[in-house]
Amino acid sequence: MKILVCISKTPDTTAKIAFADNNTKFAEAGVQWIINPYDEWYALVRAIELKEADAGSSIHLVTVGGADAEPIIRKALALGGDEAIRINADPADPYQVASQIADIAKAGGYDLVLTGKETIDYNNGSVGGMLAELLDMPYVALATSLQIAGTTATVKREIEGGEETLEASLPLVVSCQKGMAEARIPNMRGIMAARTKPLKVVEPAATEALTQVAAFGLPPAKAGVKLVSPDNVEELVRMLHEEARVI
Amino acid sequence: MSVLVFIDHIDGHIKKASLEAASYGAQIAAQSGTDAEAVVLGNPGGLSELGRQGIRKVHQVQGDQLSVIDAQVYAKVLEQVATQTGATVIVFSNNSTGKTVAPRLSVRLKAGLVSGAVALPETGSGFVVRKNVFSGKAFANVSVTTPVKIIALNPNAFTVTDADGTAEVVAFNATVDAPKVKVTGSTKTSGKVALTEADVVVSAGRGLKGPENWKMVEDLADVLGAALACSRPVADAHWRPHNEHVGQTGVAIAPNLYIAIGISGAIQHLAGVNRSKTIVVINKDPEAPFFKAADYGIVGDAFEVVPKLLDAVKKVKGVS
Ligand SMILES: Cc1cc2nc3c(=O)[nH]c(=O)nc-3n(C[C@H](O)[C@H](O)[C@H](O)COP(=O)(O)OP(=O)(O)OC[C@H]3O[C@@H](n4cnc5c(N)ncnc54)[C@H](O)[C@@H]3O)c2cc1C
Ligand SMILES: Nc1ncnc2c1ncn2[C@@H]1O[C@H](COP(=O)(O)O)[C@@H](O)[C@H]1O
Repeated sequence: MKILVCISKTPDTTAKIAFADNNTKFAEAGVQWIINPYDEWYALVRAIELKEADAGSSIHLVTVGGADAEPIIRKALALGGDEAIRINADPADPYQVASQIADIAKAGGYDLVLTGKETIDYNNGSVGGMLAELLDMPYVALATSLQIAGTTATVKREIEGGEETLEASLPLVVSCQKGMAEARIPNMRGIMAARTKPLKVVEPAATEALTQVAAFGLPPAKAGVKLVSPDNVEELVRMLHEEARVI
Repeated sequence: MSVLVFIDHIDGHIKKASLEAASYGAQIAAQSGTDAEAVVLGNPGGLSELGRQGIRKVHQVQGDQLSVIDAQVYAKVLEQVATQTGATVIVFSNNSTGKTVAPRLSVRLKAGLVSGAVALPETGSGFVVRKNVFSGKAFANVSVTTPVKIIALNPNAFTVTDADGTAEVVAFNATVDAPKVKVTGSTKTSGKVALTEADVVVSAGRGLKGPENWKMVEDLADVLGAALACSRPVADAHWRPHNEHVGQTGVAIAPNLYIAIGISGAIQHLAGVNRSKTIVVINKDPEAPFFKAADYGIVGDAFEVVPKLLDAVKKVKGVS
């Protein structure tokens, strides 16, 4: 089975969120970059598990990003990808990213394409579905479990108030989230091996973005907490009832 | 501007998130002096009542093939409805169905998509929609430059409007492909109220010491009609089911009221709950970071405070 995992680079979960250039850009100074947690913990690790169960499989990684994305893609290789492709373009919007990846994916003949549920910076959750449409493959979003038997995939996905089990034939695009797999950390052997694994850089085909960020902003600060004594819980309930009107 | 709202439903009734989307879509239409229309795939109850949210016409597509939400099939049907009705703004709820279908429709129509919208579009110059980014720690104003625009509205970001009105329901004949995805089972999560749809969420963390102590939390949720949630270590330790885990790597929610009991308020936890309108924190440590993000707080032992809170809420709600 040939698996393609889409890997994106995001600020660390504890990064300070601030903006530069008149609030048009994320302020990158001092920010630590990580593999987007959904891509790493769930999509990539599940791909590795599937390969462990079927040694004939291969895992390719793809990222759309500049040279600054290379440490991230190397780390993903250290966890267990076989080879990686970096499409040398700054990500502009989900459509631009998906169309770049689609070109690679079409040429690769993949049975399974995995993405994260969303990136933790822009929270779009759009690339997987767009990619599926561009590839004319079925798509299951928000998957919490993925099993493969032959050419049939069994996928659990989250729906409001429950979970659904779906069956689909490969090839298939799946966006992954919690439940899929347990996080792993790369070992020394993986890190050494990653240095020599192929990382191909391809130039982007001309594509357009359909949206662009005009400006960023921070939500207004909270007014501050109103503390209530533990001996006066009724006062809290009164405030929630009369002031906040939430109960 | 011609607005088309996608109506999502489950177990025969329209999801609350879709009522929000309908209210939002109607408001956009009103801004440009037109009426909003809606599209539904399937046959839930209450379609004509969408008039109460300002929808004037509902295009209904029916067929057995639509009982499974196959994104590929749905996107093709919606493309037909959008093209025939001349829709220029298409509104989804950014719920599980919206997240599955909207990106595919975006490609088919080459329509720019803003997912996670939290406010009405600004149309003074161009078309700019505010969305949450960085898991609610910031927002972005996203400009859509294509002739057709798609907006996926975050659940609980827009209040359901309610006025007199009836929507006309008309059948729409669409070409419907055979689904390639088959549903082989489904389970309801234990809670009575779906976490992402709940107005009130009661959540607890490692401060509760062990799964055996959740009774008081469940009781509190019960009287409040609330859904249950928990922090990640609690789900990781299997004290609570995984689908209750909220935060950066769990479910993101935005209820009217979020009550956090024995949760420290780590940045990754806040990322999933900071869009809640009112946050109440109960923690024995006055230095717990959660107090900085809270509207109301009690510094105290959960095992003393929660039973008292339960009693006080019962009194206000008039239950014994
Ligand atoms: C990449 C990444 C992603 C993560 N994603 C998430 C996520 O999605 N969601 C999430 O929740 N976490 C997430 N975490 C973990 C997060 O950093 C915290 O470790 C976690 O939220 C802590 O859970 P907690 O508050 O329940 O436990 P603790 O941090 O152990 O806090 C327990 C709290 O209970 C209080 N307490 C103790 N006893 C009592 C008592 N008797 N009465 C009242 N209060 C009491 C303590 O004062 C303390 O504040 C993530 C971490 C990383 C690195
Ligand atoms: N620049 C990128 N390069 C490769 N994959 C990406 C990129 N951006 C997003 N993705 C993939 O698409 C998923 C959803 O991203 P998004 O739609 O941007 O929230 C991510 O979890 C990744 O798997």
